[in-house]
Amino acid sequence: MNPFRRRNGRAPVLAMVTWVYILWSILPVLVAVRISFNSGKSRSAFQSMSFRWYWGDKTLSVWHDATLHTAMLNTLQLAALCMLLATPLGVAMAIGLHRWRGKLSNAANGLMLIPIVTPEIVFGVALFLVFTQVYTGVPSGMSRQLIGHITFTMSFVVVIVRGRLAAIGNQYEEAARDLGATRMQAIRLVLLPLLAPAIFASVMVVFATSIDDFVISSFLSTGASTDTVPIKIYSGAKGTSTPALNALASVMLVFTLVAIALAAVAMKRMSRGGGGTDGAARAVGNLASLTG
Amino acid sequence: MWPVFAVPGVGWLIAFFVVSVYAVMAVAFGSVDPVLRTAVPAWNPAHWDFSAISEVLHRVFGGDLGKVFVRTFWFVAASLAGCIAVGYPVAYYVARKAGRRRGLVLALLVLPFWISYLMRMLAWTNLLQPDGIVNRLLHVLHLQGPPRNWLDGNPQTVIFGLVYGYVPFFILPLYSTLERIDGRLIEAGRDLGASAIQTFLRVTLPLSVPGLMAASVITILPMFGDYYTNTYLTSGSPKTDMVGNQIEHYLLGTTQPQTGASLVLILMAFLFVLMAYYMYTTVRQQRLADR
Repeated sequence: MNPFRRRNGRAPVLAMVTWVYILWSILPVLVAVRISFNSGKSRSAFQSMSFRWYWGDKTLSVWHDATLHTAMLNTLQLAALCMLLATPLGVAMAIGLHRWRGKLSNAANGLMLIPIVTPEIVFGVALFLVFTQVYTGVPSGMSRQLIGHITFTMSFVVVIVRGRLAAIGNQYEEAARDLGATRMQAIRLVLLPLLAPAIFASVMVVFATSIDDFVISSFLSTGASTDTVPIKIYSGAKGTSTPALNALASVMLVFTLVAIALAAVAMKRMSRGGGGTDGAARAVGNLASLTG
Repeated sequence: MWPVFAVPGVGWLIAFFVVSVYAVMAVAFGSVDPVLRTAVPAWNPAHWDFSAISEVLHRVFGGDLGKVFVRTFWFVAASLAGCIAVGYPVAYYVARKAGRRRGLVLALLVLPFWISYLMRMLAWTNLLQPDGIVNRLLHVLHLQGPPRNWLDGNPQTVIFGLVYGYVPFFILPLYSTLERIDGRLIEAGRDLGASAIQTFLRVTLPLSVPGLMAASVITILPMFGDYYTNTYLTSGSPKTDMVGNQIEHYLLGTTQPQTGASLVLILMAFLFVLMAYYMYTTVRQQRLADR
């Protein structure tokens, strides 16, 4: 059978390959979630259903093992703070770089792109050395991890927001200026609402990247109190570990998926009022009535 | 006034990225405290001493580290081949053939992004245990006699893990290029008498080369620095050590930061062309979009 058949537009072999790939990419994770409900200690053979590794076990479950839930709180706190700091820094930088012309701007743009192509281990080592040799005053542990995560994720925000800025063009902001808005008003009342979908996408990417980061957190961790979930999962591979690791990973998975779902719903709500050309026209309209 | 918006971000990147990379150079080109064995960085380029890095370079070209670099190269090459073999058909299907189901398929393709990388690896350590599902399945299908331990330093397992880990990052950039190919060009190929396969080879494939390059670079770069997939799927066996494992070992495992920092610089020098290529194409696209 010809996989690239065109006439009726269907390609059964390619469809099969794709669905097998999707199953392959997702099924193992579902198996890992199922093992988190194992009543026994085995991480490979399922015995029977229980919540032992969530809260049943008095010492080793996620609820009772302090190192596990500390790691969870650390990870969530780090991701939340990183989101709050990296996003505004990145959005401002994107607006600045988009408008600012000249040699210096090109250099700044190039500098912004380097972190994206730098392998994480280079990042980890560089931050590890800079904090032990230069910025020794920054308290070790989470502050350093947070700085590392912001440095690593900020460029993603800039790239996402710049893409949207290029798509929007300057005309809406110029219209706002013609209608008497100051530059800051134009940015606040016209540009930022138009950027909302890109800002939302950035927030999600920053959150997911931070929550998932292993290398930087690990190079800047100073022990159990600053371990994150990925570090816990990683170190569990070497020693003898229990399905509590699976339970920990499953809880994080639920957190992430819920956050993503909420963000998607919020984005849909917002874009109904402020996205697309339609929303853009309305944003300028609102401004006209405000200043007129 | 536009530079004012960029200043905080640029300042941040200079303080924490540029200075950090400079610190790697200062440590690599510095010296070691004779008593404490800690790094004494040389901040002034006039005082840089290249004896440590040349020693490491000797080990890379012909010494023990050479083997690690060669192994890393083959692992990455094999994993890239795997990513292309798995990713291209999938990206092609979603971009051009999925029809009404495209939204659903895309959502499922993006799903692994929201699942922690190490959780996806954790899942495979469960499946690949001696008494795990993979061995049981192979036994039932009569593909294998006694159960095998896949997790004791098996190169195939590492390459498999790398493909599994990175293929989602490969598919998306390729998808967006394939999706933008003008369908009329493909139809024109068919109308002019080319078979479907000829059309694919002479129209679609050449048009997808930029996407293929971008997807390859964006997966190769992190793979070269990857050490956790390897450690995780081989229970820390040194038999499959990659460059990243050595770097981690010298910095965190032992106290030889100078050797570790030198290795980082050598790795960056190797990857320079790929990094420059990616930045060049991104800047060009930005220019086109801004116009």
